[in-house]
Amino acid sequence: MDPQDQLFALDNLCLPKFIDKLRANGQYPMPAAGVDVLQMNICRKCNLFCKHCHVGAGPHRTEMMSKQLMGKCLEILRENEISTIDVTGGAPEINPHLEWFLDNASLLGRRLIVRSNLTLLQEEYRHFIDIYVRNKVEIVTSLPHYKEDGTDKQRGKCAFTTIVEVIKQLNARGYGKENSGLVLNLVHNPTGFYLPGSQSALAHEYKSRLLADHGVSFNDLFCITNMPVGRYLEHLQKSDNLTDYMAELAAAFNPSAAENIMCKSTISVSYDGQLYDCDFNQMLGLPIESHAHVNEFDMDTIGRRRIVLANHCYGCTAGSGSSCQGSTDKAEK
Amino acid sequence: MQYYETKDLADFPNIGEWTSEEAGKFFDYYTKATGEGKLSEREKSLIALAVAATQNCPYCIDAYTNKCLSLGVDKEEMMEVFHVGAAMMAGITLAHSTQMRKIVKKKEM
Repeated sequence: MDPQDQLFALDNLCLPKFIDKLRANGQYPMPAAGVDVLQMNICRKCNLFCKHCHVGAGPHRTEMMSKQLMGKCLEILRENEISTIDVTGGAPEINPHLEWFLDNASLLGRRLIVRSNLTLLQEEYRHFIDIYVRNKVEIVTSLPHYKEDGTDKQRGKCAFTTIVEVIKQLNARGYGKENSGLVLNLVHNPTGFYLPGSQSALAHEYKSRLLADHGVSFNDLFCITNMPVGRYLEHLQKSDNLTDYMAELAAAFNPSAAENIMCKSTISVSYDGQLYDCDFNQMLGLPIESHAHVNEFDMDTIGRRRIVLANHCYGCTAGSGSSCQGSTDKAEK
Repeated sequence: MQYYETKDLADFPNIGEWTSEEAGKFFDYYTKATGEGKLSEREKSLIALAVAATQNCPYCIDAYTNKCLSLGVDKEEMMEVFHVGAAMMAGITLAHSTQMRKIVKKKEM
């Protein structure tokens, strides 16, 4: 679905505009508060075709970040105190320059995250387990449910079994184990058209069930609300759930979650070097206010930019809030 | 005007419209009673769903089905809750036959 069509669908619903909601709470305009996270979407190609994917990633996609642009990101990281490097996709391992990037990025001593679907690490990309270990990469993977049925419905047949098998291999290398220095975090996304529950309650359930049923462990669970963007938006429309889902998000608007919204401290770089406030804005074709490219990165202006907001942002401010690091409401954390 | 409209569920927070003090105390109690305690939020949500089912409350069934889903409860588990409710209601009905049997036995010659 074209980004313009997505924005049109989200803008023409019977609910208060997100910006008006913020304005009523004295939270608009929303300025950025520096850049703490540099998130790089390095490819939209993926071996999976997940129903909740806001990127619309899949085997058919061809967008790929060049080595030159990844080098530019390294340059920005060297020159600026940005504490977290967050690599996402698609399936990042498919980008042929990921290994080179990680070997260089780890030298900077920052928190280094890769959002991997793990299923690729079973076969052709198995060597990435060594790459992740040697660079102390923090792995984040989506496991929508702790049961096979829920996860496979969302991510495709056999996804659950494959992910669990790879987690076993990662556990054997120290990932997900206390004090190993190797962090494995899981992401819970609802497997339907509803909001995620309490992060602490779900974390307890995931930990006990996955250990008892499959003997695997992990560090933290992040609850992420499915954003009404990309493939998930298409499913909302096809199932006639869009109006109810958006009304639920709007009714659950939480000013505290809005205060801590992740885009205030994140900058998102697309495969072609364009800068966005977040990965969702990237997929909706909403660049940062100045339309700057990574080659024009200037911390002074980017760190104080006004965030570009629209109705999909209700997804990050509902209930306990949602970000790439899970809940944003400090009461829930 | 219709009874039991879906949109009425959203009106629940407004039940204190003319009695805000009492409603405030009720919501404090409700939040505490249904939140995590010795029992988990998940366990309490399953209990609430069973009560909603046996009391035939469409609002509560809607609210707690969604809450159970959001806490990772699957459909088979929720269906088992309804069977617990159905079995309890059947048992409660049949247990009251004691009253009927006692009266019948007293009246019989």
